[in-house]
Amino acid sequence: MARALANYRICDFTGQLAGAGATRALAAFGAEVIRIEDPVNEGRWDILRGQPPYPDERRGINLGGSFNNHNTEKLGITLNLRTERGKELLRDLVRISDAVTENFSAGVMERLGFGYEQLRELKPDIVYVSNCGFGGSGPYRDFKTWGPIVQAISGLTWTSKLRDQPPAGWGYSYMDHTGSYYMAIGLLAALHHRNVTGEGQWVDMACTEAGATLTGPATLDYTVNSRPTRRDGLPDSNHSEWPPRSPHAIYPAAGEDNWIAIACRNEQDWRALAAVVAEPWTDDARFAGLEARREHEDALDARLAAWTGERDAFETAARLRAAGVPAAAVARPEDRIDHDPSTAAWGLWPEVTQTEMGRVRVDGLPAHLSETDWQLERGAPCLGEHNEYVFGDLLGLGSGEVEQLHEEGVI
Amino acid sequence: MTQPAAQSSGPQSGPLTGLRVVELCDEAGEQAGKLLGDMGADVVKVEPPEGARTRGYEPFLGDAPHPERSLYFWHYNTSKRSVTLDLAGEAGQEAFRRLVASADILVEDQPPGRLAAQGLDYADLREGNPGLIHAAITSFGRDDPRSLEPFTDLTILAGGGPVWSCGYDDHSLPPVRGGGGQGFQTGCHWVLISILTALLYRDGGGEGQFIDVSLHAASNVTTEAASYQWLVANATVQRQTGRHAAPTPSGPTQLQAADGRWVNVGTPPRYPDQFKAVIAWLRELDLLDALEEAPLLEVAAGLGRMLDVGRIGQGGDDAVLLAAGRAAMSLLAARLPAYEFFAGAQERGFQVAIIYAPEEVIADPHFVARGFPTEVEHPELGRSFTYPGAPWRFGASPWAISRRPPLPGEHNEEVLAELGLDPAGAD
Repeated sequence: MARALANYRICDFTGQLAGAGATRALAAFGAEVIRIEDPVNEGRWDILRGQPPYPDERRGINLGGSFNNHNTEKLGITLNLRTERGKELLRDLVRISDAVTENFSAGVMERLGFGYEQLRELKPDIVYVSNCGFGGSGPYRDFKTWGPIVQAISGLTWTSKLRDQPPAGWGYSYMDHTGSYYMAIGLLAALHHRNVTGEGQWVDMACTEAGATLTGPATLDYTVNSRPTRRDGLPDSNHSEWPPRSPHAIYPAAGEDNWIAIACRNEQDWRALAAVVAEPWTDDARFAGLEARREHEDALDARLAAWTGERDAFETAARLRAAGVPAAAVARPEDRIDHDPSTAAWGLWPEVTQTEMGRVRVDGLPAHLSETDWQLERGAPCLGEHNEYVFGDLLGLGSGEVEQLHEEGVI
Repeated sequence: MTQPAAQSSGPQSGPLTGLRVVELCDEAGEQAGKLLGDMGADVVKVEPPEGARTRGYEPFLGDAPHPERSLYFWHYNTSKRSVTLDLAGEAGQEAFRRLVASADILVEDQPPGRLAAQGLDYADLREGNPGLIHAAITSFGRDDPRSLEPFTDLTILAGGGPVWSCGYDDHSLPPVRGGGGQGFQTGCHWVLISILTALLYRDGGGEGQFIDVSLHAASNVTTEAASYQWLVANATVQRQTGRHAAPTPSGPTQLQAADGRWVNVGTPPRYPDQFKAVIAWLRELDLLDALEEAPLLEVAAGLGRMLDVGRIGQGGDDAVLLAAGRAAMSLLAARLPAYEFFAGAQERGFQVAIIYAPEEVIADPHFVARGFPTEVEHPELGRSFTYPGAPWRFGASPWAISRRPPLPGEHNEEVLAELGLDPAGAD
């Protein structure tokens, strides 16, 4: 199958998930993504390099499971940018790249001598994409973030909670994933603009701004109606305010820490649910009509929870769906990875080959393209694994020269 | 491809200027159209004759339900034109075919089989428009029988993984769905990535193609450690209040500040300079004496090396010193209003956060200084309103809301005339 991005080369400084996830998507579609890492600290600027989880008892800088997941299909080189020769080689690499990507703190690339102005001198149509917490300007430019900090600032932690409880937030770096998606979108869109106009540019992405676009109706309810979300024990995100729906929550199921989500969209769904439940309380006048159910939501939730609490989450969800009611068991990782015919049929958990780790499963992509689908086969690069190819084949150095660079601590 | 007629488009400047998109989306996919439109594409939203369902979603301007006043609809439908077409009838189908024939991209979230039954699926539409990129959003993928089952954002996030990781330390409380329709939006983000990938392929001389996006798969690969802990090590993460779900528990990071608002105190100080900064800050606020662990801060400040988390549990003093640093940050958080703690700690180099509500983000001085709040004129109401702004700053091709969300069928005449059709006949 054709590779959509086979003609694109990315000079890639990204790390962790917020940055690495972006260039991962391009690499999956065939872009040549060249990860640049510091030989002096063995690439540990990316705090995931060499870190858990591990597939076996071995430990080492090339054996980290999360790093492998986020960097499949990329090439890896080492380059010491403290040295003049290192900078010279980077300049050569930029000259033959379509884009430069990074998620350092704001200003780091400028201090290295590779800010946008310098990059465009090397390659006038270069696309430069930076992704940091607060962007390249503004009073918080130098503030530091990671996923949970971004989520807290952008309103996503607050809008994830139960009524009268503290914020629950996201139990992972949702904005590392989503920031990486926005970074990939910005990069691809800017490459298209370059294809059409011949013009490169700097795409300045602030992860907190991307996050702040994700609760739009709540923001508008404030700016238009002056109604804040900070009121009456709200937010209450398992319930549905927009549009109002009831019952709509996550209920206990039989067994330890098992749960089922049920979402009635309308009266038809409610009647279908009531028919499956088939208990007298479903005829209670307090639950007749959406407004009544919303008003007596606690009582309704308690009744429904008593019913679900005695039943298997997966079986009950399937019965409800068959009756036309949206429902899903809250899936554990093992449920959706090892026991889900849908993810299996999609090919969602491909196995890649990493040079030292061997065969390891990773996240696939949730879009299949009929002509240029993604492929994930090669695991994340070991430190400097592709030095010979990049410095030799791409930049034209002889293998003796590459060896010498290594000895001189340039790579 | 046909270029959109300049006089019929609003001011466009983004990187996708010159592309025409047809959007046939309900709640699951309409954010994809917004993202494309705000980047400059001419997005024509096709609505049923009675108007899109999401026009009936709360909240409403002034709490008055009306198809032109849904703020939910407003947010997801900026920078689009609207045509109403009855796709069950011949005339509507013909107009849709003509419209897609003029387009580069079709985004739709119809149930599997519906478009094929109307003679409007990819196989029909690509005839005569081989460059067409058709992205289909379904719950489980076009070929999965589960895509015919009922679903909502809640069930997608519950079945797809995110919910398992979110909630509280107290597991008698249910796990939590993050708010804001993130299951749908995550699907839309992948729609954008795959459409733009297909577009770059086309830029290089390739043809168009069909793109199958699964909401279930999108949530499944947006769970960070939950997936890779299982994939790599067969470990199951457990949810914790306000912090990463993990196979083994970690210490709390979320605290209530002096004004009752919540903050995230981040990771405790580790470097001597960080300890010096904390001591100075406590002294400034006259809080040093209130902290039992103050002498330990002095020890850490004079240590001459960074504390090593890896030493915890190996009998070293580092665990004790780290705990002292955490206690200092907690005391500061409890004694200061949330914003002062956030700004003060960040100015001293600490990665901490204030837990903002959406209404506070849009008013924050940094967001205001960067121009994030975006004024959008609504001439039909004689007012402008403040919308959330740009996810990106494109230096050469600025993001912009080029139009306020359309009224139902507002552009019927204009669009059908562009296609050479009689505006009266389609709906």
